[in-house]
Amino acid sequence: MSKLTIPVRKFDAVIVGAGGSGLRAAIQLSEAGLKTAVLSKVFPTRSHTVAAQGGVSASLGNSEEDHWHWHMYDTVKGSDWLGDQDAIEYMCRKAPEVVVELEHFGMPFDRTDEGKIYQRPFGGHMSNFGEKPVRRACAAADRTGHAMLHALYQRNVRANTQFFVEWMALDLIRDDSGQVLGVIALEMETGEVVAFHAKATIFATGGAGRIFYSSTNAFINTGDGLGMAARAGIPLEDMEFWQFHPTGVAGAGVLITEGVRGEGGILRNSANERFMERYAPNAKDLASRDVVSRAMVTEINEGRGCGPNKDFVLLDITHLDPATIMKRLPGIREISIQFAGIDPIKAPIPVVPTCHYQMGGVPTNYKGQVVAPDGTPVRGFYAAGEVACASVHGANRLGTNSLLDLLVFGKASGDSVIEDVQSGAIGLKELPENFADFTMARLKRLNTQTGGADVNETRLELQRTMQKHCGVFRFKDMLVDGVAKIVEIEKAVARTEIKDKSQVWNTARVEALELDNLIEVAKATMVSAEARKESRGAHVRDDAPDTAANPNGRDDVNWHKHTLWQREGNGLSYKPVIMTPLSVESIALKTRSY
Amino acid sequence: MEDREKLNRLRWRCTRRAMLEMDLLLGEFLDRIFPTLTPGQADAFVTLADMEDLELWPLVTGSRECSDLVQAEVLALLRDVRVK
Repeated sequence: MSKLTIPVRKFDAVIVGAGGSGLRAAIQLSEAGLKTAVLSKVFPTRSHTVAAQGGVSASLGNSEEDHWHWHMYDTVKGSDWLGDQDAIEYMCRKAPEVVVELEHFGMPFDRTDEGKIYQRPFGGHMSNFGEKPVRRACAAADRTGHAMLHALYQRNVRANTQFFVEWMALDLIRDDSGQVLGVIALEMETGEVVAFHAKATIFATGGAGRIFYSSTNAFINTGDGLGMAARAGIPLEDMEFWQFHPTGVAGAGVLITEGVRGEGGILRNSANERFMERYAPNAKDLASRDVVSRAMVTEINEGRGCGPNKDFVLLDITHLDPATIMKRLPGIREISIQFAGIDPIKAPIPVVPTCHYQMGGVPTNYKGQVVAPDGTPVRGFYAAGEVACASVHGANRLGTNSLLDLLVFGKASGDSVIEDVQSGAIGLKELPENFADFTMARLKRLNTQTGGADVNETRLELQRTMQKHCGVFRFKDMLVDGVAKIVEIEKAVARTEIKDKSQVWNTARVEALELDNLIEVAKATMVSAEARKESRGAHVRDDAPDTAANPNGRDDVNWHKHTLWQREGNGLSYKPVIMTPLSVESIALKTRSY
Repeated sequence: MEDREKLNRLRWRCTRRAMLEMDLLLGEFLDRIFPTLTPGQADAFVTLADMEDLELWPLVTGSRECSDLVQAEVLALLRDVRVK
């Protein structure tokens, strides 16, 4: 291969993504004196973490008795026993520490009358190993993610973290030994392609919710980290598991936080029935997200949906004191007015289950180190947040554990980098001679493509295919067809054409490069989902029904294992779920019911 | 910076935001309304688009008042862009 030269910048660590996990990791590194670069497609406080409205969970016990072990139990149960119990124990034990730390960074949490952090109930949060709901979610009104991001950003400004804003990372740099040596990135303002050569690379790029047509995710969530990892030969774990949020505004996809139900919101069908009482007699409207989503779709499928097409249900808060709505849920009222044309003080909000969160991702251990299938760390490579699969969410994430994941594993990945740099386990290795060839070839192909596919049309085709063939309910034949279709779409993605060939602010090029990432995630999701012949958590198959042998369609004998999808040949392999926690007894497999 | 480059930068900043709501709203506004704005209104829109989502959102919904008259005109147009 020819030697292509591009400018090289050297750092101790490069972090890709400036949402909650990237900023939390950056604080660790910058405060430890490591020269740290943070790359982001947007200004940090415009990251999608802002959209997390509901809260961050921690067993502080400020309102009533709580314990990290109960939180751990809820998380394992929520994950439908697919979560790794070492990582889950680590996260739940660390939760009070990272939340209090965030408070010290200036996070304006809501307060109780005594001045403690206010905690509210949330779906799936229970005391005493699943006995009754407990108040565990810490929030800043319905702007928790926004407030968190600002607190973390300010702390980074203080620590002199170096930000590269409106840069898109394109590919990982790996050498022949597999060690990760940084990333190649594109500056949008100039079109310049630069290598960020570093001892450590942390991916904090968020999820890829835009693979679905109906999604609560902002347009930015194109799975860039997943695409880069897949192209670099890193497998993606458990990509068949996508959480559909029960309450997206019908039509627009815009999210109505679960906190609405925490404050007393009730789901009703066309007969005005509180139908969750039938599906989850104890937790009712506060049952886990997949349980609520499935119940809603069942109501719609059985003809009890609302509206002229009977294709949504209603989220009712008209019985709440308007002052409570204005105080605790002001943003939700505004969203409902703008995107549904309804004031929820006066009338219920039309809602449907909508793609919301990616449980799978780049495989890591609980220290935030990316791991090979045998569990050994990939030297120089770390990941945290939605891009990563630790795996704490397993087959289904518990509400408010996403912000907790950002804090705990953002910090853990930063600490691992510090330890690995200080121990000499990783250093600034020389770049291979041809390190830029692959990326430059991708860019050249895009610049010279003629008679190719339109980027927007191809992306829409991808999103519609994922929605139709791999949505909240999955059917064997649809999945088989879906695999064939997505492989066809991949061929179109490989020959996308852009008319604009300019260097400066060429957004068409950036969108084509985002599509290169979306297709990797779509393939991983469809292929993994087709292969997993059971229902578990958010992965619900029509041909894996609820039976006495396999309650809820879950088949532990054959499928209690993590999927690993490899880009090369669309290959699949599997690895065991870690059932041994760090210090407590294993939480044994049992049927998940609420 | 050329007009094309300025418009592309604006498009990026309108459609790669923190919240889906704002991607939808500002993206639709850019396509449908922005080409019809006066130069003064276009400048005001750029200023508004530079704001953070949770800063801009209350101005769009009218829960916070805007003291700048031209920005207020643009916000009124933005408010009418109902995304369904």
